[in-house]
Amino acid sequence: MSSPPLVALSGASVSYPGGVRGLDRVDLTVASGEILGVIGESGAGKSTLLSLLTGELAATEGLVTVLGGDVGRLNRAGLRQLRRDIGVVFQGVHLLANRTVRQNVEVPLSLRPRAMRDAGIVDEVLRFVGLDQRADAFPAQLSGGQRQRVGIARALVTRPRLLLCDEPTSALDASTAAEVLDLLRSARDRFGATVVIVTHDLDVVRDVCDRVALFDGGRLTDVLPVNRGARRERETYLDRARRELGA
Amino acid sequence: MTGEEDILSSLAASLAERGDDLVEALGETAYMLGVSLAAAVLIGLPLGTAVYLTRPGGIAPQRIVWTIADTLINVIRSFPFLLLVVFLVPVTRAVYGTTFGTTAATFSLCVVAVAVYGRLVEQILREVSPGIPRVAQTLGATVPQTVLRFLLPEAVPGLVYALTSASISLLSYSTVLGVVGGGGIGDFALRYGYQEYDDVLMYFTILVILALVLVIQTIGQRISIRLDHR
Repeated sequence: MSSPPLVALSGASVSYPGGVRGLDRVDLTVASGEILGVIGESGAGKSTLLSLLTGELAATEGLVTVLGGDVGRLNRAGLRQLRRDIGVVFQGVHLLANRTVRQNVEVPLSLRPRAMRDAGIVDEVLRFVGLDQRADAFPAQLSGGQRQRVGIARALVTRPRLLLCDEPTSALDASTAAEVLDLLRSARDRFGATVVIVTHDLDVVRDVCDRVALFDGGRLTDVLPVNRGARRERETYLDRARRELGA
Repeated sequence: MTGEEDILSSLAASLAERGDDLVEALGETAYMLGVSLAAAVLIGLPLGTAVYLTRPGGIAPQRIVWTIADTLINVIRSFPFLLLVVFLVPVTRAVYGTTFGTTAATFSLCVVAVAVYGRLVEQILREVSPGIPRVAQTLGATVPQTVLRFLLPEAVPGLVYALTSASISLLSYSTVLGVVGGGGIGDFALRYGYQEYDDVLMYFTILVILALVLVIQTIGQRISIRLDHR
């Protein structure tokens, strides 16, 4: 691949006060247009990695480059600018309860100067996630899967080059999760976003990721291509229940 | 004549004599409440927000600002209101040139309104899910954007409800302001009802105050429920 990596970590470490290491000398690149899965058990360093990429945490050693910029050298304004070019899908979604679906999706645009707002994009992303008919609903009126789709629309509305997803399906049942993963894959195809998905769920990786980074105790142990042959025909939640639980 | 008719004719006679004064007193109370609620929103809301933002571990920690604002709110709220009015006499004189009359009396009510509502605002913002400011930060929001686009929209129903509670407390506080010539409905009840032994007029005035509280409570509650989509 000729284009430079969108994300590059070189010897990146994060030490917490008291000497605990959140990440230990991680070397990792994410190529433009790929979907990278990041897996590991709790405490493996997955969330620390995401916080590094958004600049919420600074590397105590090493270099973190995101979208061509050295995150460690950015001042506050530079960090805000970087974050506006990254889309983040959160585990808990965290929608504004007193704002409609449309207003929630519009929020990231409202943080930019008026001239930089793309008028048609809100409708486009709402259609993309299949919620254009529910644009005037409030989050409490939606199912968990629909709420996560609003979260994805909110993350895509700025046309980010990098989409970071923190356990995007952990609160969803299997078939709803599959829909959300389909969306993430289409987001790459349709919006050209490079996607990093942090998860503990191997099915997520198998279903959508091109490569997977395995973390253990803050260390990156392996980066593997995902075996496409391993992708199974997706089954519904009920079919899976019958297969796994039936006598 | 029955006892009820006695009461009603006594009330009618009192109102015929004092009706205009009652209306004027209601006007003074409305004025004091209106001005102090405006102070609550214009100064108390930013003050409470500042305490929330600058607290240790908050979104924009500023220990000195937080300590001063938080202490100020605590001190004002700890004062028994009547003593606060007396304590503020020199300040009131400096601001208005007098310490007497409705406008001057409103000053101390404004001070307590700012402190009471400021604390309520801070508590309501604390109850907003920590995920919301985190999302704001991750989307690259500045601190003012975090407040205006994320925290306040999320907190609006609570803020309206708190303003309702604050106005009921202020109505209660305002009855004390007769001491410094503030007038108002409480002063009316004391002066014409209690001091002139017109029990019927006094109880009637208390009923008017109860009705006022009920109206404020109902309106505030309805608006808050309408704004709340959780």
